[in-house]
Amino acid sequence: MGKRKKCKLRDIMEDVGIEIDGQVESDSESEEDEVKDKRSKKQTRREIVRANRLERKKSQKNKEENESKEEENCPQQSRASRRKNHRMKRNDGKKGGGERDKKASSKDEKESENKEKKTNMKGKEEENKQKKGRKNSASSNSSNSSDEESLSEEELAMLMEEVEQKKKLISTMRNKPWRMMKKLSVLREAQAFVEKFEGALGKGKGKKLYAYKMMMAKKWVKFKRDFDNFKTQCIPWEMKIKEVESHFGSSVASYFIFLRWMYGVNLVLFGLIFGLVIIPEVLMGMPYGSMPRKTVPRAEQATAMDFSVLWDFEGYIKYSALFYGYYNNQRTIGWLKYRLPMAYFMVGISVFGYSLMVVIRSMARNANESTADGDDDNFVFSWKMFTSWDYLIGNPETADNKFASITTSFKESIVDEQESNKDENIHLRRFLRVLANVLIICCLCGSGYLIYFVVKRSQTFSKMQNAGWYERNEVEIVMSLLGMFCPPLFETIATLENYHPRIGLKWQLGRIFALFLGNLYTFLLALMDDVNEKLAEEDVVKNITRWTLFGHYNSSMENSTATPAPLDPADVPRGPCWETTVGIEIVRLTVSDILVTFVTILVGDFIRACFVRFMNYCWCWDLEAGFPSYAEFDISGNVLGLVFNQGMIWMGSFYAPGLVGINVLRLLTSMYFQCWAVMSSNVPHARVFKASKSNNFYMGLLLLILFLSLLPVAYTIMSLPPSFDCGPFSGKKRMYDVIQETIELDFPLFVAKIFGYVANPGLIIPAILLMVLAIYYLNAVSEAYQRANAELKKKMQLQREEEKNKRNNKASTNSMMQDLEDLLAPSTKSESSPKQAEDKKKDSPNQASPVGKQEKAEVLNSSPIAAGRRAAFIPPPHVLVTRPLTPGTWAPYPQPRQPWPGGRPMGPFPGRGRGQPRYIHPV
Amino acid sequence: MGNKQTIFTDEQLDAYQDCTFFTRKEILRLHGRYHEMAPNVVPMDYTKDPDVKLPMQLIINMPELKENPFKERIVESFSEDGEGSLSFNDFVDMFSVLSEMAPRELKAIYAFKIYDFNTDNFICKADLEKTLNKLTREELTAEEITLVCEKVIEEADMDGDGKLGFADFENMISKAPDFLRAYSSSVLP
Repeated sequence: MGKRKKCKLRDIMEDVGIEIDGQVESDSESEEDEVKDKRSKKQTRREIVRANRLERKKSQKNKEENESKEEENCPQQSRASRRKNHRMKRNDGKKGGGERDKKASSKDEKESENKEKKTNMKGKEEENKQKKGRKNSASSNSSNSSDEESLSEEELAMLMEEVEQKKKLISTMRNKPWRMMKKLSVLREAQAFVEKFEGALGKGKGKKLYAYKMMMAKKWVKFKRDFDNFKTQCIPWEMKIKEVESHFGSSVASYFIFLRWMYGVNLVLFGLIFGLVIIPEVLMGMPYGSMPRKTVPRAEQATAMDFSVLWDFEGYIKYSALFYGYYNNQRTIGWLKYRLPMAYFMVGISVFGYSLMVVIRSMARNANESTADGDDDNFVFSWKMFTSWDYLIGNPETADNKFASITTSFKESIVDEQESNKDENIHLRRFLRVLANVLIICCLCGSGYLIYFVVKRSQTFSKMQNAGWYERNEVEIVMSLLGMFCPPLFETIATLENYHPRIGLKWQLGRIFALFLGNLYTFLLALMDDVNEKLAEEDVVKNITRWTLFGHYNSSMENSTATPAPLDPADVPRGPCWETTVGIEIVRLTVSDILVTFVTILVGDFIRACFVRFMNYCWCWDLEAGFPSYAEFDISGNVLGLVFNQGMIWMGSFYAPGLVGINVLRLLTSMYFQCWAVMSSNVPHARVFKASKSNNFYMGLLLLILFLSLLPVAYTIMSLPPSFDCGPFSGKKRMYDVIQETIELDFPLFVAKIFGYVANPGLIIPAILLMVLAIYYLNAVSEAYQRANAELKKKMQLQREEEKNKRNNKASTNSMMQDLEDLLAPSTKSESSPKQAEDKKKDSPNQASPVGKQEKAEVLNSSPIAAGRRAAFIPPPHVLVTRPLTPGTWAPYPQPRQPWPGGRPMGPFPGRGRGQPRYIHPV
Repeated sequence: MGNKQTIFTDEQLDAYQDCTFFTRKEILRLHGRYHEMAPNVVPMDYTKDPDVKLPMQLIINMPELKENPFKERIVESFSEDGEGSLSFNDFVDMFSVLSEMAPRELKAIYAFKIYDFNTDNFICKADLEKTLNKLTREELTAEEITLVCEKVIEEADMDGDGKLGFADFENMISKAPDFLRAYSSSVLP
């Protein structure tokens, strides 16, 4: 507030000699030398104020009866006061009487008190103006100076405060839960008040500034909202997943979220491999046909372009940049001197490195998230009930989805709740669970032995020349039969256990995972056999090649003295290139897996759904409710399919760089296809359950698979010699030699030395030891934190319970507190009275029905604090405010002023407050 | 632009601006929306505070409210007579509270009113059941509804009276993470 304003204010007040009530008595007679007429006026005003206060006191006593009227009075009164103001403006002389009248009629509390003061001041203000005019004409400087003394600092401060309050009121007007009419009228008054006492407050400017601020704030909010929308739009398939989630629950959605995450990881891998290996090779490497490894052999050339050959990834595809064998062992390629073999090796390693990092990081983040929210589970249902509807929804389709999702989420929470409330025979359940686990372990062992047996047999079969179709394919058949029948069997057994579906899903996932490990094992075994065979073959071919080349040159030397024409690359005999073989094997497997998955969905879900849907009209039994019915979405199968597929990709990406590209395509189509399939032909689970907050179980499986697939690749890199005539490492003893070579040739000597030291076992072993120790320490710390966390949670829960209990008991135990509460009531009321007023208007039936009132009274008694806070919505018990307090008295207060017919109160008392019902309330 | 100014006087606009979370333009646009719902009844000239009310049927068919399961309750809570017909003042009031700028406390008060179906100043079991039925389009079984209602009361009822008073409600809702977002509607895109 500017000094100037203050001065102005002071001027005004000086003229009037204003008094604010409450100040009256304490005011000493220090105003002796006041101008006479002014003094008399002041006197009258003082009287008014005094009378006013008396009136108010009386009114407070009468409040019991007047309670309701009073509240309705509020807006009316303000209107009345406004009217009065007008009148006063017109006839200034009669002002005092008018005011007195008005005040006599006023029976409000602080709110209206304020108003009174205000009107009071307004009146004075009017007077003031008049006087000022007079004074100006008379130019009475002396009176001005004399007034200065008459005005005490306190009065000024009071007035300032008043003005401040009004201004605050104006600025917070929009936050008041009042009816617009009331807001407008109160606003008008407050503005008038402020205007009078502050003069030109720079209101117009402030308003503009405010409007500008408002606009900016709004723009900001809108921008934030748009940005959020934009962000969600940037998240691919967010809407699709939300839609699935709204109909099938978060458990099904968790699969799609996992799928999306996998897609993201694969995109990065794809970028790495394509950007650093395939594209440089295609752009800068030797072109196709320039050397034997980049050329289709003469014998295959005739059929190399046939579709059946290409479908098997033979022919031109085999001799393309998609596979290991195509790459040359030239140290640098192109004008960039790009070190391709080095890049190939590093990318192969970083694929694993990146995957490991990203899986572990996301696991850690998920774990963080699931522990971060502490007391969020206190209001699960309440929040669902009151905040799940989004008021922005204006589109019927979105609304439908929202309804579905709300219902689903309620069902999920209900399942959780029922599960936690379930109490059955614990011993029986334990027994059943042990039994189920024994059964499943038997199943797993049996199938493990079966696989082992079949693999053994197949090795003998492979040595036989005339093995039949069954003998050749026995392993595959057994594997797919196991994969087909075991999961449903597990599921049946799992019903014995009677787990919560979420936990059940985890068990199911773990069991099927164990089963599928057998699958992986046989596949790897077959692959290793293949590789060993190829390695043996290679030695033979190596010699042949050398001899062929030697022969070729010799023959050409004999024929002519000129330099011999080089042998056509297609004619050069070449080794089997086991790396490409492995790559092709894995690519084939992946592609067939994709096809099987899609066909299964198409037949098992879509065709079945169509059949059930349309044949239901002409069938003997109810297809939809009866036997085939619609399929449920198979979460465990799909998740495991995804996980194992990813394992294949990791394993194969080193030998077939193009594999990741295929996988990216697969995940992309699978996203759309499965979303469509699940929405069109599946039904939600019978018990829709909530997915666990973190996808960490899926991630754990993924991590395991990553580790398992890392092992064979690491083994082949570290201990098998690369093929001599294909791939970027040809000619080296081991693949990792490429690093040594780079260090020796491209780095200064001391780097090589450093590497030598670092690779020293004497350094590595202590480092590993240190890491183990660090892991141990961190583990201990995290455990301690966890314990502390659990402890805190328990404490909080306890505190909450305690608080609840305290509130419950308060009404009966602490009557002192209650009286205190009563005393404090006016202050709470003063700010809430408008609310009451409008509420009153709304539920007038309440007033009419005494029964409702009584109930309310009882409720109030049960919880004084809550009642105080709740004053906003209940006609509050401002009953005994001015009564003499009788602490510790339990009997109903004497009610001299309440003429109850029949002596003793029979029925409910509308405003009885904390009297009798205290006994009634059972606590 | 010229005739727009005749709808409200400057003082009126200023007052509305002070009492709501809207700017001048938005208030004029709100008037436009109000006017177009019933062009015959609502005058273009509001300088003299005409006493015009639109029935609930018209209001709840606004696209902003049409899909809202609580549209009747919203309109009722904001109508001065409690019957659901809104004067322009009530109309502005409603969207002011529903605007994104409105503070949490204000929204909580009106949210409480909205869910208090029988206007007894408590959210009791019957209110909760109604709310739930509206939210889920009555797709839950009776048992599930009872379970949910009991859980809600158990969670939020701090004073143990078996129903939710405003204090309970506010306590509960003030901790909700997406309360503000949930109770915001924008008439003025």
